Amino acid sequence: MIERLRAIGEAVLTTLARVGRGHLFLLQALAGVPSALRRPRLIIDQLYSVGVLSLIIIIVSGLFVGMVLGLQGYYTLVDFGAAERVGQLVALSLVRELGPVVTALLFAGRAGSALTAEIGLMKATEQLSSMEMMAVDPQKRVIAPRLVAGFLAVPVLALIFSFFGVMGGHLVAVEMVGIDAGAYWAQMQANVSFVDDVYNGILKSIVFGFVATWIALFEGYDSVPTTEGVSRATTRTVVHTSLAVLGLDFVLTALMFN
Amino acid sequence: MQSSRLIEIWVGLFAVLGLVALFVLSMRVSNLSDFNEPDGYPLTAYFQNIGGLKVKAPVTVAGVRIGRVTAIELDPDSFSAKVTLMIRPEFNQLPEDTSAAILTSGLLGEQYIGLEPGGSDEYLKPGQRIEYTQSALVLENIIGQFLYNMAAGD
Repeated sequence: MIERLRAIGEAVLTTLARVGRGHLFLLQALAGVPSALRRPRLIIDQLYSVGVLSLIIIIVSGLFVGMVLGLQGYYTLVDFGAAERVGQLVALSLVRELGPVVTALLFAGRAGSALTAEIGLMKATEQLSSMEMMAVDPQKRVIAPRLVAGFLAVPVLALIFSFFGVMGGHLVAVEMVGIDAGAYWAQMQANVSFVDDVYNGILKSIVFGFVATWIALFEGYDSVPTTEGVSRATTRTVVHTSLAVLGLDFVLTALMFN
Repeated sequence: MQSSRLIEIWVGLFAVLGLVALFVLSMRVSNLSDFNEPDGYPLTAYFQNIGGLKVKAPVTVAGVRIGRVTAIELDPDSFSAKVTLMIRPEFNQLPEDTSAAILTSGLLGEQYIGLEPGGSDEYLKPGQRIEYTQSALVLENIIGQFLYNMAAGD
């Protein structure tokens, strides 16, 4: 009985300690941001590895998500004689929800896991501690540029995702099913508001980008510096980011669209 | 050196793609382009029942859009709905006896305001009230009236 209580207490304390370390880590990383901004070269390199290299998966997923939305929306709406509204359905679903959320999930899988593995291996091969030996602050040199790059890349990726999704919807609804192109765009334009929908979607993706990058960097930095530890940290990055994004999405949706 | 230049080019392309996406999403997909529509002049109209009319609904003459609904509120004295319409400045010659009706586009479509110009030589001035209005059709009332007429006809 006592043993079990002790185990529960230890688990709670370990979790709390991780949460605390995560926030301290974030503060240190944010403190390193100004010096990272003074060296844009580092940020550009990171933008390439988290942003540009994620482009293919974002574009392809966006196109297919838009095409599926267009087709499923058409099948449902055609029964009500409102097939022209498929443009509105595709655009609102993408801009409000699927764009930010799916982008953040893909980002966690494609770029977040890579960030964790990279930093975890840097730690395992003692690159981080040798930087400290050379009086180079790894928070400023390694963590902060990656944080800035992830923070910038996710909103841009979400915009690109929504854009290609709308194009995918156009491909199916107009080219394949034969809805009038004018009606597709006009219904979309009449019912999608910039402030309520597009802007709130961008805000969402900024929050998601921040959280996803933070989790990925922290898991890498906090990983047990062994082969197994790095692989566990990578898994945790994807799982925790997905959960955090989906949970936050609900909160943000409730705040924004009530 | 060559590869670092390549990276710069790719990141630049990434940023440009993002800007293009933002531009298309704001101008083509959403209604941002409506915002720079000139404001025009306001008219008001009182309706007994506005049905499902919403702010931003179109205002049309002969099916052509000439403005939109900017405000809907309840008049506390007459308990009727006060609807403010913003008409584009080039349509400033609506006759004074113009009538306004709340119509529905299609069977399930959204509701809009249709203006029917009258024959007066006087024009509606900014802020003036449209006197002749026709409320939205409420299905329950129509059915009720129909049943009442049926009963009266017997």
